[in-house]
Amino acid sequence: MKTANKRPLSPHLQVYKPQLTSVLSIMHRGTGVVLAIGTLLVTYWLAAIAGGAESFANANAILGSWFGKLVLFGWSWALFYHLSNGIRHLVWDSGHGFDLPSVYLSGKIAVGASLALTILLWLVA
Amino acid sequence: MSLLTPFKRASGLGTTSDGVKHWWMQRVTAVALIPLTLWLVFAVAAHSGEDYATVTAWFAQPFTTTMLTLFVFTAFLHAVQGLTVIIEDYIHHEGVKIAALIGMKLVLVLLGTSSILSILRVAFAG
Repeated sequence: MKTANKRPLSPHLQVYKPQLTSVLSIMHRGTGVVLAIGTLLVTYWLAAIAGGAESFANANAILGSWFGKLVLFGWSWALFYHLSNGIRHLVWDSGHGFDLPSVYLSGKIAVGASLALTILLWLVA
Repeated sequence: MSLLTPFKRASGLGTTSDGVKHWWMQRVTAVALIPLTLWLVFAVAAHSGEDYATVTAWFAQPFTTTMLTLFVFTAFLHAVQGLTVIIEDYIHHEGVKIAALIGMKLVLVLLGTSSILSILRVAFAG
């Protein structure tokens, strides 16, 4: 158990230049947290349907408002980013793609895929 | 000189007494969630804007019910695993960490149960 530790930490956020690798990594964690909070949306929507036509109409009104759509748009992008970068992680788990050029290329593909999927989804909706 | 007793080495659990199980389950749920999530998101988007009767009828189709239930179950499991790692990373006070871990699990179990019951209610009771 770590008791109150007054020893200095070596600086990291103050000194390292943000790079694609580190930014995408923390974004994976960040989108994960956002998605976990967003499960509230999923639960709410399902409960609204189970509650009957009136609660369903209410939920549609709230989620269909400009603010609701904004939240859904952000949440869907977070979902697709986490999914694309997650696949990138699974490829690493299989032991491939660790050299730096591959890491940068797969990172850009992951970001591109997340944007493409988000746009595709909102064309379908 | 190895500090492992024969039993400890045979159990394969490692220093955290958990072994690779947590890591592996995270990957299994992740792989399962790829098709489940893609299906869910695009199917729901395709059905958005439909009236209540159409949506509930779609819920009651066996494939829909199955996929929705599987998605909810797997997604909440994956979320618990991910959040566990995050809490362990950032909270160091033992008491607060344990409270956070248990609290998070309880909340997600609650939301997950509510979600699955909602799906089943619509699918079976109309």
